[in-house]
Amino acid sequence: MANFNLKINGKTQQLDVDPTTPMLWVLRDHLKLVGTKYGCGISQCGACTIHLGDNAVRSCQLPVSAVGNQEITTIEGLSENGDHRVQLAWLEEDVYQCGYCQAGQIMNASAFLKKNPNPTDEEIEGAMNGNICRCGTYTRIKKAIKTAANSKIA
Amino acid sequence: MTLIKTQYNRRSFIKVSAAAGGGMLIGFSWLNGCKPNTPEPEAGVAMPKEWFEINGYIKIGDTGMVTIYSPNPEIGQNVRTSMPMIVAEELDVPWENVVVEQAPLNTGWYQNQFAGGSLSIRLSWNALRMAGATGRRMLLEAAAKEWGVQLSDLTASNGVIKENVGERTVTYGEIASKAVGIEVPKEVELKGVKDFKLIGSSIKNVDGKKIVTGQPLFGLDFHRDGMQLAMIQHPPAFGMTIKDFNEAEIKSMPGVKDAFIVDTTLEEPGGFDEKGFKQLIAIVGESTWQLMQAKKALKANWETTGELESSEIHVKRLEKALMSGEVQESRRDGNPEAAFKKATKIIERTYSAPFIAHNTLEPMNFFANVTEDSAELIGPTQTPEALEGSVSKLLNLPLENVTVNMTRIGGGFGRRLYVHFGVEAAAISKKIGAPVKLIYSREDDMTQGTYRPTYRSVYKAGLDENNNLIAFTVKGAGLPEGPVFPNRFPAGAVENYSAEKIKAPTNVTTGAWRAPRSNFTAGAEQSFLDEVAEAAGKDPIDFRLELFDRAIKDPVGEKHEYEAERYAGVLKLVKEKADWGATKPNVHRGVAAYFCHSTYVAEVFDIVLNNGQPIVEKVWCAVDCGIVVNRDAAKNMIQGGVIDGIGHSMYSQLTFENGAPKQMNFDKYQLIRHSQAPKEIEVFFVENEIDPTGLGEPGLPPAIGALANALYKATGQRHYHQPFVTEKQVVG
Repeated sequence: MANFNLKINGKTQQLDVDPTTPMLWVLRDHLKLVGTKYGCGISQCGACTIHLGDNAVRSCQLPVSAVGNQEITTIEGLSENGDHRVQLAWLEEDVYQCGYCQAGQIMNASAFLKKNPNPTDEEIEGAMNGNICRCGTYTRIKKAIKTAANSKIA
Repeated sequence: MTLIKTQYNRRSFIKVSAAAGGGMLIGFSWLNGCKPNTPEPEAGVAMPKEWFEINGYIKIGDTGMVTIYSPNPEIGQNVRTSMPMIVAEELDVPWENVVVEQAPLNTGWYQNQFAGGSLSIRLSWNALRMAGATGRRMLLEAAAKEWGVQLSDLTASNGVIKENVGERTVTYGEIASKAVGIEVPKEVELKGVKDFKLIGSSIKNVDGKKIVTGQPLFGLDFHRDGMQLAMIQHPPAFGMTIKDFNEAEIKSMPGVKDAFIVDTTLEEPGGFDEKGFKQLIAIVGESTWQLMQAKKALKANWETTGELESSEIHVKRLEKALMSGEVQESRRDGNPEAAFKKATKIIERTYSAPFIAHNTLEPMNFFANVTEDSAELIGPTQTPEALEGSVSKLLNLPLENVTVNMTRIGGGFGRRLYVHFGVEAAAISKKIGAPVKLIYSREDDMTQGTYRPTYRSVYKAGLDENNNLIAFTVKGAGLPEGPVFPNRFPAGAVENYSAEKIKAPTNVTTGAWRAPRSNFTAGAEQSFLDEVAEAAGKDPIDFRLELFDRAIKDPVGEKHEYEAERYAGVLKLVKEKADWGATKPNVHRGVAAYFCHSTYVAEVFDIVLNNGQPIVEKVWCAVDCGIVVNRDAAKNMIQGGVIDGIGHSMYSQLTFENGAPKQMNFDKYQLIRHSQAPKEIEVFFVENEIDPTGLGEPGLPPAIGALANALYKATGQRHYHQPFVTEKQVVG
């Protein structure tokens, strides 16, 4: 066990935890931030996507000991009132079916749009290919990403 | 307007109240004991100070806010929105005033509280309408009594009751306290379809905001203070059981509280108790990661008690079954053998599909809190009543001492019809004497069984000199159930016809997988008909319409399962919408139609070649599911079905070696991804006033046929064996 001070969603969190623990389980088991989902545990499905600084990362492959001073953002911290333009676009397109993968999709899409504000369809597909939606909402996800890209909200 | 007898009376209301321990229904709260179960309205009206229970579906607050209980499990088919919409329609209340709560399992109040067979709306259509109409009538009666007027002097609409002549108005919220005392009417009036305001519109998912902000909704998210976590390890292969394991070593690992073998064998298992392994190693602790480490350190002795099957054995077994297997069901019209002798062209093709896993993205899990005399279960189940029964049997508890609450469910597809993981959680909770949440790893989930069976079918067709289809036969075998529906199309449309459904044994456990059997049969049959139409020199839609024409005018045999007019109707609609027959440069088209779950769906696929690579550019769907309840959500279901059909026929398979599936996670088990999905899917509905039928499953089956047929046009290659990726095909 070891002590960590983590910056998560703008707050500092103190933890005493096995240093090999992936951030996925630190968030879910220790901090009760369960919006970040477990899907495969081997970075194949993208359900556990969070932001490390400005980058989308798979939290199932990120040991707590590797985080250091970097800021972590989870779906719960993406916006204060659920009004990030990507979240609003998801609501507008009524994207989800079961909804389980969507936090990961949204976290990946929001990091992607920050780097590429006006993506082509092919760029969207390339960026989102690591996020599985078992219900098959891919066409709606793509539409929502375009809606978000065209949104005037920052 | 339809007059309909209600099934409610005050006595059953009181009985249920008593059984639930005071409140009529104990709503399920995420933070049990931490804060009251208060709904969070998005807009509309203020939070009420007082609530009035109108019936098992409806609670009205003094401000006019209405809580509607959604009875069925929500697996992504959107019933948590569409079922309350039906109640709200007949109650005639503005949707902005409605908040939705998940009802617990309550067999006293609700029927058919399950998510399966695309049946939720179909089976509850009348009950939901009646619940709303009963509430509306009671509110009207309360107002009439209050004002000393006749019921016929009043109208209720949008949550307000008005005098037809006169100026008095009262809102539902203001009169609700009085409505509680009104005797439940023996008959109520239902709205005419033309008067629907909510039904047929597009209402956004009631959980949308919670989903996009990552609120706890799913079983895996459930937490209760003092609860333990548990993971399991099952034997590595079908045909193996557990002997023993390094218990002392595992128990000494960090974070591990307990480890033991748990046995969930039921003396009289029910249909939803299907499971691969009855004895499991259970490890209990407080952190998932530590339990995962403990699982890695397991050293177990397994015992081989059955045959260790391989994919080679499975194929041989299916081939043998097609030659000499036991026929489960069959149909025969005319004399196919004689007709084949007269035929000028005979086409015979073999189709197959592998075992596949459901792979709900939320792995199996369940919370259980078992005490001496009760069991409380919370989690993702498609069949809460079956779970209640199985837990009651396992723990020898009376049914009324077992409660089941449903979380939102991270995918179903049939997997969570089977209740073993809830039963296992209960067994573990009993053993440790504490509340526990059982979590399957992805690998546990994918290797546990309950798979879609593997299938193999042989189709044969005979054409006469005028290219008329004079004979059609199908023989289909499956491990363990054959994939043939003897009375479905083209039964009734071909003079000489036979169908045989053949079973064969396996010790790999199987279960219902989205559109069971149809998920294979539609692709095989519709690809085959495409080839037959080509041999006949006919347009594939015209060829099918000719067959439906026969089934309409002069049906062969005593019965068939489908209505030929409606089947032909979706083909005609998709033909019109897709502008079938128009040629576009570099666009290759395929069509298919299928009927299952009482719904008719026809699909046209447009494939383009991009540097020789097939891409599904656009899919057109025509659907006859009767009345459409929630239009955009219904489209979402069909779109998801199309993508699911492409994905599994193109990419997914489980192969076996020594009794074990070789694919254990998404690195080896391929699921469809963004770039492989169609660029656009457009959905059109046949407008009619038929009671609603299934939507969760029927979009999937025809996608496989339309895809295979479009691929053939694009590449010249026919596809017979799923996944098509093994026939060197990919899309996207």
